[in-house]
Amino acid sequence: MRRLAVWAPLALFALIFALVASGLIKPADHLVHSAMVGKPLPALAMKPLLPTKPGVATADFRGKPRLLNVFGSWCIPCIAEAPQLMALKRAGVEINAIAIRDTPDAVQAFLARNGDPYARIGDDPTGHAQIALGSSGVPETFLIDGQGRIIDQHIGDIRADDVPEILRKLEAAK
Amino acid sequence: MIAEAGLAALWLATGFALMQVMLAWGAAKGAVQGTGEVVLKALRRVAILQGLLALTAFGLLIALFVQSDMSVKLVVENSHSMKPLIYKIAGAWGNHEGSMLLWVTVLASAGAGVALFEKRLPQGTLAATLGAQAAIAIGFYAFLAFASNPFVRVSPAPLDGRGLNPLLQDPGLAFHPPTLYLGYVGLSVAFSFAVGALLMRDVGPAFARAMRPWVLGAWIFLTIGITAGSYWAYYELGWGGWWFWDPVENASLMPWLAATALLHSVTVLATRDGLRAWTVMLAVVAFSMSMIGTFLVRSGILVSVHAFAVDPTRGGFILALLGIYIGGALALFGARIGTVKQGATFELVSREGALVLNNLLLTVILGVVFIGTLYPLVAQAAGVQLSIGAPFFEKSAVPVGLALVAATACGPLLKWRRDQWNTLFGKLLAPVGVGGIAFALVFALGGARWMPALALGLAAGLAVASVLPLVRRNLRRTPLHIYGMVVAHLGIAVSIAGMAADSAFKTERLAAISVGQNVTVGPYRVELLEVRPVVGDNWSAVEAHLKASRTGDEPLDLFPQQRFFANPPTNTNEAAIATLFDGQLYTVIGQGDGQGRWQLRLWWKPFVTLIWLGGALIALGGLLALVGRVRRERRAETEE
Repeated sequence: MRRLAVWAPLALFALIFALVASGLIKPADHLVHSAMVGKPLPALAMKPLLPTKPGVATADFRGKPRLLNVFGSWCIPCIAEAPQLMALKRAGVEINAIAIRDTPDAVQAFLARNGDPYARIGDDPTGHAQIALGSSGVPETFLIDGQGRIIDQHIGDIRADDVPEILRKLEAAK
Repeated sequence: MIAEAGLAALWLATGFALMQVMLAWGAAKGAVQGTGEVVLKALRRVAILQGLLALTAFGLLIALFVQSDMSVKLVVENSHSMKPLIYKIAGAWGNHEGSMLLWVTVLASAGAGVALFEKRLPQGTLAATLGAQAAIAIGFYAFLAFASNPFVRVSPAPLDGRGLNPLLQDPGLAFHPPTLYLGYVGLSVAFSFAVGALLMRDVGPAFARAMRPWVLGAWIFLTIGITAGSYWAYYELGWGGWWFWDPVENASLMPWLAATALLHSVTVLATRDGLRAWTVMLAVVAFSMSMIGTFLVRSGILVSVHAFAVDPTRGGFILALLGIYIGGALALFGARIGTVKQGATFELVSREGALVLNNLLLTVILGVVFIGTLYPLVAQAAGVQLSIGAPFFEKSAVPVGLALVAATACGPLLKWRRDQWNTLFGKLLAPVGVGGIAFALVFALGGARWMPALALGLAAGLAVASVLPLVRRNLRRTPLHIYGMVVAHLGIAVSIAGMAADSAFKTERLAAISVGQNVTVGPYRVELLEVRPVVGDNWSAVEAHLKASRTGDEPLDLFPQQRFFANPPTNTNEAAIATLFDGQLYTVIGQGDGQGRWQLRLWWKPFVTLIWLGGALIALGGLLALVGRVRRERRAETEE
C-alpha cells in the first residue's frame, strides 16, 4: 500500500502534465461561440435598411437553408469577406444580412464598391438583434436550415477555403 | 556593448552552472568515499560565481533601461525615454523576458547564498543540493537563451520606445514582482534541499534545520508579495475588491499555501524528527507550485487580466522544464522515500497532531485552489469553455479556512509529543468565550449573515488564543521565534477580521449625478463639487472633486480620476480612497453621459484595512521567527 502511495504524486502530476500539454498543443479558442447554435432563430423583426431591399424577420427563414451575415460598412474584414459572399451567391445560396449601426448611404456605397450578395438587409441601429443572436463581432455568419434553426456560426471573415465547407453544410441541411 | 556584455554574462553563468552540476557529482561521490573536500570548496566558489554572473546580466539589463537604449528590442517595447526613472528601472522586469531573467537571477543568487552560508550540513547533502540548484538554473538559462533573449537588438533603432503598460506604472507594482519572485524562487532552495537529501538518503532533522530559514525567508516574501499585490489590485483596478481569484493571483497563493504547510512540518522534522516523507513532499510541491504559477502566467494558457506574453512556444518550453524538474523530483521521491526510515511518532492530541491537522487543511485549500484554477483547462480539453470565479472558491475554500483558523488557535497551546484533551479544553476557555461573545454580538447587533459573523467570532478567539503562549512566561527569556509565531497568528486573526467585516458590512452605491448633487453611501454623504481636466507627466485625466461628510467628522475631499495614457493609448481608473480609523471610503469616477451627469461608484468598507495590516503582521511574525532561528543556529554553531 505504502509502496504504491509514494508513486501517487508522480501519477497525478503525469495526468496534469498530459492535460496541460494537450491544452497547449491545441490552439487556444478565444472566440465567443453563440449559445444559440442548434436552436431556432430568435424572434427578429428588422426594418429594411435600403428602400430597394426587404428587411429581415424570423418568418423569412423557411423552406431552404440560408446564410445570415452580420456586417457593417465600417468593418474592414467585411471588405475582405465580400468576394467569398459573392461566390456563395453565385453558387445559389441566399444570403440575408444584418447591418450593425449603419446608415443607408454608407451601406449603398459599400455594396457598390464590394458587390452586393444580399437578398435582404435588416437594419440593426442599436446592435440588439446582434446580441439576440449571440454574435460578438462583425463579420459573423450564421448557417440556418430550412426550419429556421441555427446549425452553425462562422466567426470572423469567410476565407476562400471556407467556402466549400459552408456549401457542404448547407447542402447537408437540405 | 552593454547588451552584448549582458548576453556574455548569461552564457558564462550557464557554463558555470554546468560546471557546478559536475563538481556537485564529484563532491557527493567523494563524500561517500570520505574524500572530496577540495571539490566541495571549488563547488562553493563556482556556485558563488554563477550567482554573481547572473546578477551582472540583470544589472546590465537595468542599465540598458535606465539609459533608454532604443537599439535593444526589449527596451523599445517596454520603455519610453519620457518615463520617470523609477519606472524605467521597473520596466526591466515589467515584461516577459526581463522577469524571466529576474527569476533566474534570484535562483542563482539563492544557490550562491547556500554555498556561502551553509556550514553545518554533511558534505554530500550540501553538494547534492548545490547540484540540484544548478540543474534548475540550467533549464531556465536555456529558456532565456533560446526562447526569451532579453538582449536582442533592433535595427534600425527607433527614435523612442513604446512605453510600459500604464497599469504597471505604480510604485506598488514596480516592486511587486521582485518581492514575489524572491518568494517563489526562495522555495527553489527548499526543493533543492529535498532533492539533495533524497539523493544522499539523508532526510532528518539536520536537513530540516538547514532548509528552515530558506523556507521562512521565501514565505515572508510571498506573504509581502501577496499582501501588496492584493492592495495594489484593490486601489489600482478600481473594482473595489481585494481578491479576485484570478488565475494569476491563485498562482501566487498556491505556493504560499504549500510554503505555510511546509513551514510548520519542517518545524516538526527539525525539533521532533517526525513527518519526514511529508516534509520532503511539501518541499517538492511548494516549488512545483511556483513553477506552475510561472507557467500559468507566461504561457497564456489561461485567460487572465494579467495575460501578457501569450506565446505557445514559450509555454511549451516552460512546460518541458516543469516535466523534467517536477516529474524528476517526484520520481526520485517515489524511488527513494521507501528507504527513508519512519521518524519519531506522536499521539493524536499533541503539537505534532495539531500541525498535521494544519497541514491537511492547508493541503485541502491548496487542492481546491488548484482544481479551481486548472479546471477550465480540463473543460477546454473536453470542448467546453468556462471560467471559475469567486463563488466556487468562496463556497469550498472558506469553510476549510475557518476550520484552519480554529486549528491555528489550538496548536500552539498543545505540548509536543502528547497532551490531554482536558488541559486543552481548559486553555481554550478564554478564546472560546471571547470568540462566542464576539459572534453573538455581531450576529445580534450587526445583522450580519452567519458566515461572516462566525469568521469574526473565530478571529476574536484566535486573537486571544495566539497571545496565550506568552502568558505566565518570562517574557525576556522567551525565544524570539515564539514571538514570531504569536505575531504571525495574531496577524491571521486581524486579517480574517478585516475580510469578514468587509464582506458583512460593506455598502456599495452606483449613481449618476450632476455637479452639485449628492448621494449617500454607508454613513457618508458624498457631494460632487466639480469635474475638471488635469494633466500629469505622461497622462491626462478627468478628475472629480468629491466632498464626503458624516456626522461628527471633518468633511473629506476626494479626487478620483479617470486617466488616459497616450503611450500606448490606455484608460485607467484612479480610485480615490479615504482611510478612516473604522474603514475606508472608496470612490471611482466613470464615464460622463455627455449631458452633465457622471457615473460614480462608491463603497463604504468598514475595517477593510485590517486585511493588509494583518498581512503585514504575518510577514513581521515570519521575520521575527527567521531572526530568532538564525541567531539560535549561530549560537549552536559557536558552542560546538
